[in-house]
Formats: sequence, C-alpha cells, structure tokens
Amino acid sequence: MAKKNLTTEEILHIAKLGNLTLNKKEIEVFKKQLSSVIEYIDKLQEVDIKDIEPSSQITGLTDVLREDKVEESRTLTSGEALANTKSKEGNLFKVKAILTE
Amino acid sequence: MDLLELTIKDASEKLKKGVFSCSELIKECFTTIKKNDKKINAFLTLNEEEALKKAIERDEMIKSDKEIFNKKPLLGIPVAIKDLYTTKGIKTTAGSKIIKDYSPPFNATVVKKLIDAGVIIIGKTNQDAWGHGSSGENTDYEPTKNPYDLSRVPGGSSSGSGAAVAYGAALVGTGTDTGSSVRLPAGYCNLVGLKPTYGRVSRYGVIAMASSFDTIGHMTKTVYDNAKVLEVTAGLDPYDSTTFPIKVGQYTKVLGQNIKGLKIGLPKEYFVRGLDNKINNSIKDSLKVLEKFGAIVKEVSLPHTNYAMAAYYILVPSEVSSNLSRYDGVRYGGTREMFGAEAKRRIMLGSYTLSSGYYDAYYLKAAKVRTLIKQDFEKAFKEIDILIGPTSPTSPFKLGEKVDDPLQMYLSDIFLCPVNLAGIPGLSVPSGFVDELPVGMQIIGPQFSEELLYKVAYLFEQETQYYKIRPKFKNG
Amino acid sequence: MDKKYQVIIGMEVHAELKTHSKMFCGCKNDPFHAEKPNIYTCPACLGLPGALPVANKKAIEWTVMLGLALGCKINKFSKFDRKHYFYPDLPKGYQISQYDLPFCYDGKVKTSFGPVGITRVHLEEDTGKLIHQKVDGRNVSLIDFNRSSVPLIEIVTEPEIYSSAQAKEYAKKLRQIIRYLDISDCDMEKGGMRLEANISLQKKGETELPNYKVELKNINSFRFLERGIEYEIKRQKEILEAGKTPDQETRGYNSEKNITYTQRSKENAADYRYFPDPDLPPIRFDDKWFGEIKSSVPEPLDSVFNRWEKDYKIDKKLTELLFETAGESKKFDKVFSGLSDQKLPVDKFVNAIVNKKLSVDIFGEKVEEIINTYKKSVQVDDVTDEDLKKIITKIIKLNPKAVEDLKVGKTQSINFLVGQVMCEAKKKIEFNRLVKLIQELIK
Repeated sequence: MAKKNLTTEEILHIAKLGNLTLNKKEIEVFKKQLSSVIEYIDKLQEVDIKDIEPSSQITGLTDVLREDKVEESRTLTSGEALANTKSKEGNLFKVKAILTE
Repeated sequence: MDLLELTIKDASEKLKKGVFSCSELIKECFTTIKKNDKKINAFLTLNEEEALKKAIERDEMIKSDKEIFNKKPLLGIPVAIKDLYTTKGIKTTAGSKIIKDYSPPFNATVVKKLIDAGVIIIGKTNQDAWGHGSSGENTDYEPTKNPYDLSRVPGGSSSGSGAAVAYGAALVGTGTDTGSSVRLPAGYCNLVGLKPTYGRVSRYGVIAMASSFDTIGHMTKTVYDNAKVLEVTAGLDPYDSTTFPIKVGQYTKVLGQNIKGLKIGLPKEYFVRGLDNKINNSIKDSLKVLEKFGAIVKEVSLPHTNYAMAAYYILVPSEVSSNLSRYDGVRYGGTREMFGAEAKRRIMLGSYTLSSGYYDAYYLKAAKVRTLIKQDFEKAFKEIDILIGPTSPTSPFKLGEKVDDPLQMYLSDIFLCPVNLAGIPGLSVPSGFVDELPVGMQIIGPQFSEELLYKVAYLFEQETQYYKIRPKFKNG
Repeated sequence: MDKKYQVIIGMEVHAELKTHSKMFCGCKNDPFHAEKPNIYTCPACLGLPGALPVANKKAIEWTVMLGLALGCKINKFSKFDRKHYFYPDLPKGYQISQYDLPFCYDGKVKTSFGPVGITRVHLEEDTGKLIHQKVDGRNVSLIDFNRSSVPLIEIVTEPEIYSSAQAKEYAKKLRQIIRYLDISDCDMEKGGMRLEANISLQKKGETELPNYKVELKNINSFRFLERGIEYEIKRQKEILEAGKTPDQETRGYNSEKNITYTQRSKENAADYRYFPDPDLPPIRFDDKWFGEIKSSVPEPLDSVFNRWEKDYKIDKKLTELLFETAGESKKFDKVFSGLSDQKLPVDKFVNAIVNKKLSVDIFGEKVEEIINTYKKSVQVDDVTDEDLKKIITKIIKLNPKAVEDLKVGKTQSINFLVGQVMCEAKKKIEFNRLVKLIQELIK
C-alpha cells in the first residue's frame, strides 16, 4: 500500500475546508496522524465495487414527509432563541461585520 | 438498600411495596455519587435539587394512585443521561468545551419519553467529546475510570453512563452507539448494553455524531432492565424521518422463552489475530452455555469484515465534519478553535474524504463497501438466526495506553462497527471475567430482532449470573 | 449588440415558496410580515444541536409542478444533499439542497428572442437574513433567522441567453409562470425572488464557450438585471480588448452608481463537499403520487392566452393584465363563457375591466353578479318608442312644473325628466334618444 504523506499545504487546505485554524504544533501532529489514517483507509481501493449501489442511508425508507402545517408548539420565543448566544443586539444575533460593499 | 446490586426490577417492586421511598432511593444515589465520583468522573453535571424535588412528587403519586406503575413503567427510576442527549434546562455539553455552557430549550424525544415514563434524571454523564472515542479519554474534561479497575478505561464513548451504572449511581445509563459506544462500555463495565436497530429509537435531540450510524441505546445491570427501558424509548418519531412506523416489541414479555434449535453463527473473521486468547476461550465457553439450551453453533463468513473499519473511518468522519459545522459560536457556544484534538482530526479527515476530487475515491467508494457489508450480514442471516462474537478483542486497556495512536484506538471497535454500517442491532451481555476484568459477548441479529437478542441474552444471564459480580474499585 | 463579441448568459433564479410552514420544520413561513426578528424559529431551523429536519411535502409537490409547467423531465427518484459552507446566516454550516438528482431537469421557457433551456429546478432551504449596521460606532452584522429554512426553489438555465433584453424577458416570464402556479409571491424588493446571471463574452464565430464566467449576484429588479448585464458587457469587452481574460468571480450590482463590483474572487472558489443528507430519506414519486401532482398542474399560461385570443378575439397584451394565478384565470374563463352564452361581447368586457370602466370584484363576486352588472352598464335601446312614449306621457302629466321650465328654456330640467323616465322604465336608455322623444311630445 502506498505510503501517505500529507503536505503542510494539504493539511492547511483541509483545515480551511473545516473552518479550523491550526497552530504549528497541531499541523505537525495532524500531518502524521492523518497520514497514517488515510494510509489505512486507502486499503478500500482494493475492493471490487463494480455494479454496487452506494448506501448513504441504510433504512430503505422513502418519502418520509410532513404535511404543510404550522406547528406553534415547537416554536421558540425570541428570548429562548437568543438565550445561549454570547453576542446579541435586541432580538438579533450579532457578529463581526461581514464585508460587503 | 445496596445500589451496587439494585436493579430496575427490584427497585420498582420495592417502591411499590413501600420498602423504600423514591426520595430515599434518589438520596442514596447522590450519597453514592458524592462518595465515589471523584475517583470515577462519571458525571459532568448533577441534577440533585431537581431530582430530589421530583422524587417527592413521585412519592405523592405512589401514595395517591395505585395504578401509577402501570401508567409510568419507570416510575422513580434514577437515570444517568449521556451528555449528548439534549435536556431542557440542564446543561448539555456533549463532553466538549465548545458548548460547555449550553442550556437547551428543548428535550430530546427519548428524554421526553423517559420523563413521561416516570424516571428521575440524576445527572449528565461524561463521554468522549461528541462521541468520538472508545475509551472515554477524548472527553474535554477529566476522563472516566473503570470501576472494576481504576487504572483502566471504562470503554467509550458512553464512558460516564457505563461507569455510573456499574458503581451504582443510577439504575440505567443512556448512551449513543455510532460504532461501539454503548456496547464497548457495557462490555468493559460488566453491563448489558443495547445498540438498537438504526431507526428503532428516535435520534431527535441527541447531538449528532454520524447521522446514518447513530443509534440511541442504554446500559443496565440486567437483560430484563434493558428490555424494560427499550419498551419506553423505542418507536416512531415524527421529528426523526429515519424512524420506522413499525410496532414496538414486547421486549420483557419474551424473556424466559426457550431457544431450542436457534442457529448461532460464529463469524470466522471475528476469531482471528488480534483477539486475545483468553477472551477467545471465554466466548467459546459462553457458547457452550447456549448449546446447553439447545442452540446450534456453526461458523459463518462475513467476507468484507476486513474493510469495515476503513469504510467506517471514511463515512463517519465525513458525516462528523458536516454535523460539527453548526458550531460556529454565533447562536450558542464558543468558537471553533475550542474543539478538542479528536474533533479536529475527524473534521479534517471528513472534509478531506468529501472534498472535490476525493469524493468518489473515498466517500462514494466507502458507501458502496457499506452495501457489501450489509449484504454480508443479510446473507449470513439466511443461514443462521443470530451471530455471536466478542464485544472487544481485548480487556479494558490502561488509561493513556492508546491516546497517542488514534489508529490503534479506532481498531479496538473492529467487531462492533460493522453492525453500525449495516444498521442492525447488537447487544453486549456480561460473559465472564478474564484476569478480574469483565468480558462482553456481543449478540447480533437482523433488523428489528431486539426481542430475539433479549431472549437469548436472558437465558444466558440467568444461567451464568455474571451481573452479580460488582466492582471493587481496584487500584484506586 | 457588438460586432465582435456575443454575450452569453446563463441565469439562476431563486424564489421562496409560499407554503404555510418552513421547508424542514413546522415554523411559520412568513418572514416578511413577522412583527419581530427571531420569532419564527425552532431547534431545527436555528440549527440547535440534535435537531433534525423533516421535509415539507407541499414544497416538493410545488417544485415538481413548476418543473412540469416549464416542460421539465422529473427525477422519479430524488434526494436532498448537504451543501457545506460557513456563513453566519447559515445555522447548520450546510444548506440542505439538491445536488445530482434535482426534482426537475431539461425544460424550456419561450421568449420572443428564442427558447431558453432550463437545466434544472431544485428545492432547497433559504438562509437567515443579515442586516448590516453600526452598533456603538462599530460595523456589525445582525442576524434574523425568521427566514431560515423557508423553502426556496432554484431555476437554472442553459447558457442560452444572448442579450440583456432577453435575460429580462426570461426573468419576467419565469416570474409570471411561478405566480400563475400560485406557489410564490416572487416579491423581488423583499428578496422573495432573487436573480443571478452568469455572464461572459464570446468572440463571434467561435463555438466553444468562453473559459471564464462572471457571476452577477443578488439583483432585485428586472431593470437592474438589464443594466448590470449591460455594464458587464462593457467592462468585460474592455478587458478582452486589452488582451486579457476577465477574472472568474462573483460580482454585485450597485444600483446607485450603476456599476458592478467584486464580491468574491476565484481563489476562494468554494468546495461545497456535497453528500446525501443522511437525515432525510430519499423521495420516490410512485405513479399515484406523480399522477396527483401532474393533474394539479393548470393549463399552460400560453395556452390560456392563445385560447382566449382565438375564442374571444382578445389581445394577449390585455389578458396578461387581468390576472396572475391560475385560480384567477379560471374565474375569468367562467365569466367569459357566461358572457358568451348570453351573446355578450367578451372583448368589450375585457376592455371595460382593463380600463376600470366596470366596478366589479372579479375574484370576489359570483359569475352571475358580474355578468348582470356588466349587462346593466351596457344594456340600451331594448324598449320600443311606442312603449317609451307611454311612459313619457305619464311623466309629463306628473311633472307639469318641470315641463313648464323646459318650455321657458331652463334646459337642465330635461335631465330631471330623463331620469324620471329611466326610473319608471327601470332601464338604462340612451340619453339622446329620450331627449328627442320628450321634446317631440312636449311640442
């Protein structure tokens, strides 16, 4: 099986996809650990999967839908909705300005 | 009362007869916790004040309504809830620091069902953060220890729930099982642990790890207790589109029925290298017990077992990376740098396996291998009724033994994960001790075969009575 | 258009469906009329840990209905996928959308410039709403999740639009069809319908598509769409003329300055990491369900206009102004056939409606009431002079004073007498005819 060695660039790319920022030490540790895991999962490449359907779910259920009805019992008050945030303004959640022109 | 030995069945009878009151029972739980939890670290949050208040209410109910135990089958039973379960007004951290102060405005469906059935929530239990782990050591807090040997892990990720029930802090501990997380702590803590059929118990309100794998199970001392709890938690939930409109079984009613002629399959791939010799022998002894009841044991093959872990460690991190995307610090919790190392590893691995250019080679391929693994089980169940194997290839390992080698940690679930890939049920039952450490036996059946699993486990348990061997807090 | 370059445009249009409840939870779908921010949320649409989505059946049916109205093929087996990106208005860190199996694909919308191919129509959930403002002197963004998880359809065209005018016509036509199906208000000002255009220039004579495209986003009026595209044509042409290739990027349109500006450049090109949403079982349209949806699709809008033109000789330009929804067009059909049965002129009726000469509530009143009101407003001359003379003689006798006044030249009293005659006759009679008859009898 091919030896896997993730580069720093690759580690930073996948960290970015996951919206994570890593320090230098993390980069080195994860590079080693993830490379060995990827090397391990690469063994799947030897399985013959011709004509096999993927299973993203295993229930076999289809068409589990709800009727278009308003359900007020589950609706939160704005107080409840905002109860766990650290940053709000009135009835709104607040974040740092997002750049737009 | 001796909480170390008390079962739900005993407790219900004694509450009914007035041998002790619910308040006395709950007080005793907290006495036990105060005495032992510093050593064990089973709990992250205690619900003492509320629990004692509820206990008084339950005592009133018992006095005023003779029928109350029929209406509320788990009346007054102390429950330890894994911290992945959303509990209204009770801090829910998922074992993580990022949502360490999160107080949910709603109850998980299962929590609601348990409360409606009369339980009393003792507290929220420690776990590998987000369910990521097999030892409990990936908690962002202090790791839980195994009450049978305090230098060893209790199994994870539902580590706190397992340890709590084992040392008598509660009579049932809820867990989630995505790859092993109920069965492994059950095996390591000498408990009965159920991973139900995927879709049998609602996931609504239980913090998602890997959505197509997560199952909502629980640990108890005995098979009867376990079946009793499933009668409450199982069923269709309109808030979870992946639950089935199939009638809930009468799990306690089948206990004691015979299993004459039952065909048991031994997956030959489970009895290979890596399996501790003593555990191998212990499981083989256990099979002899079942043969005495008239079961027939034969070897079967699950040919793709060798690929199960690889498929699992592609699909699960893929879903994990997606499910953990919501933790952005806007509506609750802190920012993403507060994720622990294991969460970061899985987010990155999953982002990789789903990313442009790698999706087909990893996610899609693994989803196809998942189909093959499911088919392996389907083919096996045409020949035999249930499968039996060890819950874990080794005894509970030492704390710290595997923390620096995630891959080795991942491989401790090798007999358990395939069951999650296939969405079928698995039950771990105490099956003896090796070097004074518990051994678990896993019974696997087809979709919705929980009644059968309980039936087999019950006969085995009544014959062997391993559950009566309670922990001694060795090496404390 | 330019001699050297041909503009190539593909469009993506989003519209919020007007279901009662949201796409994946039972919260009220009414973000534009909510009294306060964050009052229509629940654990699911707020993305709280552990909450799960359950799909709204009506929204799925409406999407398929639109697809059928656009002549699309339908994926009888479909599913929802997760589309990942991080933005504070996206509570789960992913949007539930559809990736490789949209409900509808391969349709067509006719425009006067030629047909525009519809690549796909899919269903997804909307995000929360961001409000940018200053708080305590600092720029911040505020978030309201009332809109979070409102059902949103996306209609994507082939790159087959060749002018800003065609783009505008296409978008208008699409809105007309969506409103006709009565599945969305398409309120562009409030963001209930949002336009995006992918614009690039191709050298004339070349057959391959250009190797870049500029995405012009979040346009909230047809006029701005037209202007934004015109601006882009000019801007891209200048770059191409300078021997360069325009950057592949997302641009916004500033209506005050009438310019477009960079919003996101290609280095940040997103990798959405789509995969099937494990929380939502796939959708399979069996024959029964599909049949039900199919039968709920109204007569095509063009066919309504053509039929009316043929049967009643009314110009499409007029009938377009009469109604928006299929329900409304059906009411007109009933009124028209009622008029027709009574040999009343439908075209004149339409004229009266369009010019607001007839005060009726078409969608509120019964067909007979509408027709009677119309009849009254136009019915004249169906009494004979003989009958009228009898009435006039009677009125003259009853009103000697008015007759005297008229004789001495007080002409306004003729109005009074005409009114009295009409009252007696209980009919509307042509004014001049009565004046003539009255004067004859007075002489």
